[in-house]
Amino acid sequence: MTRQRGTVEDSETGATALGSTDRLFDFFGRHRSVAIMAAMLLVAIALPLIVLAPPFSGFNTQGVWIDNFNGAGIYVLLALGLNVVVGLAGLLDLGYAAFFAIGAYTYGLLASSFYGIHVPFWPMLIVGALVAALFGIALGAPTLRLRGDYLAIVTLGFGEIVPVVFTNSDALTNGTNGISGVDRPSLPGIIFGASNPVPFYVTMVVMLTIVLILLYRLQDSRLGRAWMAIREDELAAASSGVNTITTKLLAFALGATTSGLAGVFAASRLVFVSPDQFGFTVSFTILAMVVLGGMGNIWGVAIGAFVVFIVQSVVLKQLTNFLQPLNIPFLSSIDFLQYQFLLFGIALVAMMLLRPEGLFPSSRRRRELHTAQGDDLSSPQESAEPLT
Amino acid sequence: MTATAQAAPAVPETPDDVLIARSITKQFGGLVALRNIEFVIPRRAIVSLIGPNGAGKTTFFNVIAGLIPPTSGSIELSGMRLIAPARRAWLEPLLWFAPPLLVLLIGILVSGGNIQLVALWGLLALLLATLILPTAMARPAWYESFIRRLGIFRSARPNDIVRSGVGRTFQNIRLFHNMTALENVLVGMHLKLRSTPVDAVLSTPRHRAEEEEARVRAARYLELAGLRGRDDELARNLPYGDQRRLEIARALACEPVLLLLDEPTAGMNPRETGEITALIGRLRTELGLTVLLIEHDMRVVMGISDRITVLDQGERIAEGTPEEIRRNPRVIEAYLGKPPS
Repeated sequence: MTRQRGTVEDSETGATALGSTDRLFDFFGRHRSVAIMAAMLLVAIALPLIVLAPPFSGFNTQGVWIDNFNGAGIYVLLALGLNVVVGLAGLLDLGYAAFFAIGAYTYGLLASSFYGIHVPFWPMLIVGALVAALFGIALGAPTLRLRGDYLAIVTLGFGEIVPVVFTNSDALTNGTNGISGVDRPSLPGIIFGASNPVPFYVTMVVMLTIVLILLYRLQDSRLGRAWMAIREDELAAASSGVNTITTKLLAFALGATTSGLAGVFAASRLVFVSPDQFGFTVSFTILAMVVLGGMGNIWGVAIGAFVVFIVQSVVLKQLTNFLQPLNIPFLSSIDFLQYQFLLFGIALVAMMLLRPEGLFPSSRRRRELHTAQGDDLSSPQESAEPLT
Repeated sequence: MTATAQAAPAVPETPDDVLIARSITKQFGGLVALRNIEFVIPRRAIVSLIGPNGAGKTTFFNVIAGLIPPTSGSIELSGMRLIAPARRAWLEPLLWFAPPLLVLLIGILVSGGNIQLVALWGLLALLLATLILPTAMARPAWYESFIRRLGIFRSARPNDIVRSGVGRTFQNIRLFHNMTALENVLVGMHLKLRSTPVDAVLSTPRHRAEEEEARVRAARYLELAGLRGRDDELARNLPYGDQRRLEIARALACEPVLLLLDEPTAGMNPRETGEITALIGRLRTELGLTVLLIEHDMRVVMGISDRITVLDQGERIAEGTPEEIRRNPRVIEAYLGKPPS
């Protein structure tokens, strides 16, 4: 409605130049999936070009940057999935890395020479996601009656159990050594490799676009509203007819699905899976990304995860390299990479004190012209005008 | 009407009754919150429940709404016995855990010490458990009927009660504060919408049509409750009186047969109280609703009720028309006090 009013004023004052951008906004408002695709395409093309310019070009080569972006993409996927569980449904999950591990191990076991099974990458994306979803439900089921702190503790336990199981079942998973020689994805004519990160990059962009569209659609559906209702007041949600059990299980399942996708991708990118990749710090990092980005806001969480990952894996290292030759007492001797979790902690504390809603809080969505027929009743002339 | 009438419902039961409560007792440890309450709500009636604080009014509401199971007694809604203490409840967990355990046992016996095979069977058992447990917890209709055929009875949950046509509001407002007024009502329409998550993901025409229609209908409920033009306002930002109205709008959105209103005019000024009273009257005449009302404002209660039931310390001490209640000596003693005349 706010924008509509703006349009009315604009047309009254004769500012026709704004009309076309407004029409563009209106188009994207109505076709959000197209907007997401366009935005992702733009970002996907812009990122590798930006890193060619200084100062970014001084940090890494373009290839290394793209590889970093792939790593960031994995965390963006993870954060988006956790956002469904924590941000939308309000279920605090501290063991989210478990599903990441399950996705990665599903691919690692079924696409390596460890068992001699070599299922191709593409169907495994779906299989890994489904297996993770099943475990999401398996974890969700016993925790349904728990809330808040208690839920967090149980999920924390689950997050610890999964890597320990992978570590200790030597015969099945090769224990601490993990599984090496995991298959890379393959497509005719395209080589996925450490030296050629572009195919991975394209795959990740496509996956993220699909997941984003899917999440936005779900968020605005009956299920998304039910998730939010449970987050706001579980009892009132149940008394409005929401089956809280199914709804919570679906949140766990969907969060795990995204995580499973990320796991399969990560395993094929590193060609290696081991239990120590999925410790508590991973769960914690993803949660911190969600909180920093702004719980419940899909774009915010995605940007938050991206920024945090890049800071973690590029900026801190560069900062150390930059400060060392300057010979400033104390500062030059700090290896910032070693203090990343300290910095993380400080950032989180500062965040909670200064901006508890996150960097990009979920602004309440304004309804677009064509769906706001309830508004039409109250202001028929106002909303009729900007359409013409 | 005297207290001795506890054993039999004061209003004779008819097949058309919306709600029949049979000797509902609820104990919290040693405290008896409700004792042998008999209660009947005829269709399209406005029935009020009054009594001093702690009389058990809200407890009774929560029992009807499926939030707390009664210690004994049962409740029929539109002829269906939905609420009663559980029967043979111990049998159910056996149903859940027997199949996966059986699979695991077979696996251990069959695989003869081969750890990888045992693990595979274990995974199969886990898969089975993952399928059975959530299904049992979500309680779909076919599962419910299967359970009942085995002689297991479990009281309906709040969302089942909503499905069978009961909407409610809360004494202390419980809205979805960070959602807009329209979204609050849309959540209330949850059971009336049919589109699945798959529809939503694929954005099927059916889904889009339903969403659009739902928004129009939700706006109409808001208008009915007197919240026209407040659609996009966050529930938390609405003034107190409008929050009460929004709760009513949300309860109406599930298209109830019976509406439970827990002190809808609490904390309102006389003008707002008058508006809410008028609204409740309109709900019956225009939507054909049956209303059960908890209320302390005697002008509201005496003005719109067809029948009034008085609770005191968990017992029903009187039942009758407003005139009868006004003159009942026990009610005057326990609750109303001497009339000012």
